[in-house]
Amino acid sequence: MEAIILQILNGLDKGSAYALIALGLTLIFGTLGVVNFAHGALFMIGAFCAVTLSRILTLSHTIIDETKTDFLGNPAKVEVPYVHDIFGVATGDAIIDWAVPLSILFAVPVMMAVGYIMERGLIKHFYTRPHADQILVTFGLAIVLQEVIKYFYGANPIPTPAPQAFTGSFDFGAALGFDPNLIIYPYWRIIYFVFAAVIIGAVFAFLQYTTFGMVVRAGMADRETVGLLGINIDRRFTIMFGLAAAVAGLAGVMYTPINSPNYHMGMDFLVLSFVVVVVGGMGSLPGAVLAGFMLGILESFASMREVLAILPGLNQIIIYLVAILILLTRPRGLMGRKGVMED
Amino acid sequence: MSKSNFTRRGLLKTSAVTGAGLALPTIFTAQSAHAFTNEPTGGTVTLGFNVPQTGPYADEGADELRAYQLAVEHLNGGGDGGMMNTFSSKALQGNGILGKKVEFVTGDTQTKSDAARASAKSMIEKDGAIMITGGSSSGVAVAVQALCQEAGVIFMAGLTHSNDTTGKDRKANGFRHFFNSYMSGAALAPVLANAYGKDRKAYHLTADYNWGYTTEEAVKASTEAMGWETVATVKTPLTQTDFSSYIAPVLQSGADTLVLNHYGGNMVNSLTNAVQFGLRDKQVNGKDFQIIVPLYSRLMAKGAGANVKGIFGSANWHWSLTDEGSKAFVKSFGTKYGFPPSQAAHTTYVQTLLYADACERAGSFAPCAVAEALEDFEFDGLGNGKTLYRGADHQCFKDVLVVKGKENPTSEFDLLEIVEVTPVEQVTYAPDHPQMGGAEATLGSCNNGA
Repeated sequence: MEAIILQILNGLDKGSAYALIALGLTLIFGTLGVVNFAHGALFMIGAFCAVTLSRILTLSHTIIDETKTDFLGNPAKVEVPYVHDIFGVATGDAIIDWAVPLSILFAVPVMMAVGYIMERGLIKHFYTRPHADQILVTFGLAIVLQEVIKYFYGANPIPTPAPQAFTGSFDFGAALGFDPNLIIYPYWRIIYFVFAAVIIGAVFAFLQYTTFGMVVRAGMADRETVGLLGINIDRRFTIMFGLAAAVAGLAGVMYTPINSPNYHMGMDFLVLSFVVVVVGGMGSLPGAVLAGFMLGILESFASMREVLAILPGLNQIIIYLVAILILLTRPRGLMGRKGVMED
Repeated sequence: MSKSNFTRRGLLKTSAVTGAGLALPTIFTAQSAHAFTNEPTGGTVTLGFNVPQTGPYADEGADELRAYQLAVEHLNGGGDGGMMNTFSSKALQGNGILGKKVEFVTGDTQTKSDAARASAKSMIEKDGAIMITGGSSSGVAVAVQALCQEAGVIFMAGLTHSNDTTGKDRKANGFRHFFNSYMSGAALAPVLANAYGKDRKAYHLTADYNWGYTTEEAVKASTEAMGWETVATVKTPLTQTDFSSYIAPVLQSGADTLVLNHYGGNMVNSLTNAVQFGLRDKQVNGKDFQIIVPLYSRLMAKGAGANVKGIFGSANWHWSLTDEGSKAFVKSFGTKYGFPPSQAAHTTYVQTLLYADACERAGSFAPCAVAEALEDFEFDGLGNGKTLYRGADHQCFKDVLVVKGKENPTSEFDLLEIVEVTPVEQVTYAPDHPQMGGAEATLGSCNNGA
């Protein structure tokens, strides 16, 4: 029982990341009709927004400390962050410690700008081209973006820890009446799940309850008619691209304390996120979220030692296996709409 | 009207024969005029540095390349001479190798076996490289070593830690200076028993590939010999980035120690996840929970940040060693590049000097003569104390470092501290040891190529 609860918890946070990325992918596909293989790169750029802000906050000037020596025996150079000079050591350290949450404020405008530039500069030229062309150009863009990040930040993962206050884990076992230590879960992963739920809720509320959202939904259903009504739907769709980029970016920012970001992290999520979108149903936002969590939880269960003892290697194929089964029984995915990508 | 014998069938036949002729690798055909593959004829000799320049180990590859460039500079008489001054063999004169100026070409392994073989092949066939060296993965090392064996050039392995490189996959043309999984296990076990006691329950998470298996086997065998019990061993996919579903059940298993047989990005992520789960703050079986990382690398430790503090592992070499060889290398490398070298840089620099020295002592570049000069060669002054290049399996035997993540690092390079220098006797094994492929493992015959 404890093992099952634990794997559900595990699946929820993994599913959160899948759901957030898949949500953005579906948003772009549903509005602009573009299959965006650069979406994983947006997740990665979001993570590097956190890295960049923490580097900005730790920008330092060097002082020579005569009492210490460096590895060559010369007087040691000590880096003193400017925030120490400006706010004092205690407040400066607290600001640096909170770099990841602060990055949310930094990442939203940056990611919207990146999304806007990407859409206006490149992707809009491919709206009328076949999906294969869109896939090729966005995949190429993803490779360019990750190589740019590697050029500036190197190939090694860069540790970007959560604030001290959120280190450690919560003992669900003790809270639920099981033995202590049996079901522990890190605070930051719980925060990640809650954060994802809030973002997903906010996106749905935005589309459901605002006039802007209503127009976008109308445009998704019938672009031509909305255009004939005198509404500049293209502009709104561009804004939706920026919004989807921001969602992927925020997913990346909050993910940095879970795994140290590296230039390749976008690709690691991209393929899985596409499977999530397909399983959920192309163009269906609730389908993407549902499939994200479902596949996250299934993947966790497949990684259990007891399961692997019976079916070795299941953890590596489970998602694809489920995808095949669902597509065989429901070719449009769990919540796919008729007519999407069926022309 | 002209009559021609040019038939469709004839054309096909001719094409097939010509194609087969062209497809036959030039590596096996073009050297007939020489005594051995890529015999240097002019005033220069070309070495091939095959390192990951792209992909996840690109930073480690960049450090290897820096070390190679430094070694070439020293061999050609430039710089301060580095470890050539402390090397026990005095055959190297600083005038290249056998009087020929050393030049080099580089290849990108991408940490993929096929890409590494392709780049090594290109350096041998197109650039005339007489020796191939480098790499940051055992899969790559084993693949490139086999290629060099076929092509008739010497392979001086870079960072490769799997037992198989000089175990079941050993080759007569291949040589490894870096230590291996068996040595890590043998060095770590006594230190672990001393620090954490002999009554421990270990849970292994193992990267699902060659290196992971040999490391798990080695650490499991050596810790069990000390009295530890292995509760479970779980293979994790090499592409895994989030290890939470593997780490969460560890406490439920009753284990009080987690062994992470992971390297590179796997190690950074699994260790970060394990620390996030608060495993190290827990008490199990009345003992503090502990984590062990059998193979440490400073570049990886940097990626894991503060999570490495207090965690035991092993290393081939560390820049804080105070022997004359290490000091000379650190000074030379640090002055040129502004930071201390990694163990990957150290082993590749040493391999280059050892190859050059063997050529000088053999008086020839012929691979079999060089191999003979390296076999059972004893040396000192290259940073690991007295070292033997054992002839039976082409593995270097030397002291091994047990290291620990430093509690209070003074810089981004000062992440590990040396806990013990395990003497070579403790990590030596028989060439036909079961973990090394047993009695069936043989070097085969040396291949001069041509």
